Amino acid sequence: MASVKYEHVTKRWGNVVGVNDLSIDIADKEFVVYVGPSGCGKSTALRLLAGLESITEGKIYIGDRTVNDVKPKDRDIAMVFQSYALYPHMSVYENMAFGLRQRKTSKSEIDRRVREAANILGIEKLLDRKPGQLSGGQRQRVAIGRAIVREPNVFLMDEPLSNLDAKLRVQARAEISKLHQRLETTFIYVTHDQVEAMTMGTRIMVIKSGVKQQIDTPQNLYQYPVNLFVAGFIGSPAMNFMDAKLVERGDKVAVDCRDFMLDVPEGKAAVYRRHLGEDVILGIRPEDTHDADYCPAGINKSLVEVRVDVTELLGREVVVHLTSDNIQFQGIFDPRTNARVGNTMAVAFNMDSMHIFDKQTELAIR
Amino acid sequence: MSIERIKMMLGSLPTHVALIGLCLVWLVPTIGLLITSFRPFQDINQSGWWTAFAPRKEVGQDVYEKYLAPYYGPDGKAVEGVDLFDPELIGQFRRSIALTVFLREQMEAGKVQLEEMPDVQEMTDLLAYLRRVSGVESAASRPRFTPDNYIDAVMGYRGRASYTTDCAAGEQALDLNCNISDLMNPRGMGRAFVNSLLVAIPCTILPILFAAFAGYAFSWLHFPGRMGLFALLVGLQIVPLQMTLIPISRAYAQMGLNGTFLGIWLFHTGFGLPYAIYLMRNFIGSLPREIFESAYLDGMSHWTVFYKLALPLSVPALASLAIFQFLWIWNDLLVALVFLGGQRPVLTYQISNMVSSLGAGWHLLTAAAFVSMALPMIVFFSLQRFFVRGMLAGAVKG
Repeated sequence: MASVKYEHVTKRWGNVVGVNDLSIDIADKEFVVYVGPSGCGKSTALRLLAGLESITEGKIYIGDRTVNDVKPKDRDIAMVFQSYALYPHMSVYENMAFGLRQRKTSKSEIDRRVREAANILGIEKLLDRKPGQLSGGQRQRVAIGRAIVREPNVFLMDEPLSNLDAKLRVQARAEISKLHQRLETTFIYVTHDQVEAMTMGTRIMVIKSGVKQQIDTPQNLYQYPVNLFVAGFIGSPAMNFMDAKLVERGDKVAVDCRDFMLDVPEGKAAVYRRHLGEDVILGIRPEDTHDADYCPAGINKSLVEVRVDVTELLGREVVVHLTSDNIQFQGIFDPRTNARVGNTMAVAFNMDSMHIFDKQTELAIR
Repeated sequence: MSIERIKMMLGSLPTHVALIGLCLVWLVPTIGLLITSFRPFQDINQSGWWTAFAPRKEVGQDVYEKYLAPYYGPDGKAVEGVDLFDPELIGQFRRSIALTVFLREQMEAGKVQLEEMPDVQEMTDLLAYLRRVSGVESAASRPRFTPDNYIDAVMGYRGRASYTTDCAAGEQALDLNCNISDLMNPRGMGRAFVNSLLVAIPCTILPILFAAFAGYAFSWLHFPGRMGLFALLVGLQIVPLQMTLIPISRAYAQMGLNGTFLGIWLFHTGFGLPYAIYLMRNFIGSLPREIFESAYLDGMSHWTVFYKLALPLSVPALASLAIFQFLWIWNDLLVALVFLGGQRPVLTYQISNMVSSLGAGWHLLTAAAFVSMALPMIVFFSLQRFFVRGMLAGAVKG
């Protein structure tokens, strides 16, 4: 059990920057997810913590101890890799016992821990098999089991679910969350999949090009993204962005998107009045874009007329690609919608959930 | 059977016929050699291997009547002082060349004046006839197949009959004892087989062991100059072996390594290493990086990782490398000739010495060839699957 702290950590290979001036505080027993597009440095951040890469600048603490010069095996961590990295020529039991043997743990203790971990993961019957005889999901369990038996202070997971099929992934997601509650240990989890991040993390760090963008709870990340990147990255389908200008209309503040003008709700007007006349980007999520005829009650809606380009029926909802003269965006509509390709229809934006970003800095204006 | 199946079979028929034809073309010479190696040498000299099962012809009578009967008479006694049907006289002629020499001497001594000499084949037939009628031996009394060629080759027998007959008659050559110790006769294939093993086994194990170490180091250890050193090693493969024979031979002469096993072990190890390292590095380097990282996190040292992970996982590469290296050493004549020569003859050297410059003794060659082939065949058939994998190594990740 331990907290983890990155203090101005930078990793460079020659001129290539992997992680740039990263500072995070992770409390004990937290489940923190590093999320970002591929090549953003999230895995590097994890590998720095594991000791698989050397730190160029800054310090990493596990508990109260600086681990910059501590060897990986002495950091009291266990890691689950994307490819599972099982030893192909050893049985499942051997795979799990191997690390403990290296540490000269007693035989009975090894046996106890391996059986306990196998029990937690439901792989008791597979202990004599070789990794080659296991399915993807089973291998992934063994990989996690190998980490569990070590009883580490920090669990590191590097995209452990990427190699599973969609259905299994959903199941494994829940299992890892349960495991976290059961083991009461710090988990650090790397993924490029924002759904995994949102569903599992107690806190999520969004990272881009080696730079931390935002670290917060899933709710806050969704509701209050600090910048354009986080706003676009979290949520699926991605948030709609429109170039716009803040203008005054009567006594209200409005967002002028060229094709249409949307009123800013009363409660938020005061903030944006200070930015009148500035070029901004309006962000509004597809789930806040409704068919005017089937609009939830009690929202602060703003109606516009647009043309329907494509409709994608998903059963529970319909993803509709909409277009006006200069703008294209998506909406998630009630399945009863009358949207037909080529038709023009009225669309309602829920302006309470709008986001406005500065066009130059791409930071949210709040 | 449905029409589709018949059509399919007919469609693949040309392929099958072509394949079987190809196999036959490749196999026939080998089979011929194999059959020949089991025939008595007298038969080998008289007829081809394809007649091995055919009824034996009593040859030679027509030749005798054509060339010799006018002078020596039908009973061989017409010339004074010579009895061509005398077993004692004919018994001395084991090869037709001896008969040719005898006839020449007769002519020079003025006893007969043959108008023309029988040609080589006729002379062979003639001798067979004389041996038959004089009662020395007859084709019918010889077994069709005999292991004598193998025994002679293995023991290094160089006489005119065969090892077993000589030993039975108590007339063995000076270097033979007619007991088990003959297996190690320095002129025989038996000793050469042992020598070849003594050369090939260390020369296979040493470079592969070193190459596995080096392959691991080049892939997973970080040290300055790693890429440069590796590039140099790969580049060294270009050096032709022949170019180094003289300098190394001179160096060995000064160190007293010429004609020793140590010398040839060092040479083959040195020349095997560049390619072996190249292959091992590529194989070990293509093993998933995460397995090694996981092992380091598990607390393994480089040494443990090497023998607990890298070695077991590279068995396919090690096996294919071992096979190729072993076969190359086993079949090598040049290096063995230069650095071991006749002091410690290996199989290839022994085979090349087996035939005299006049071509006599080639029946031994057939048997010797199969003795030297035996081990590579066993290696090949028992490790076939590694062969295929070895050839695929690098082509697909696996």
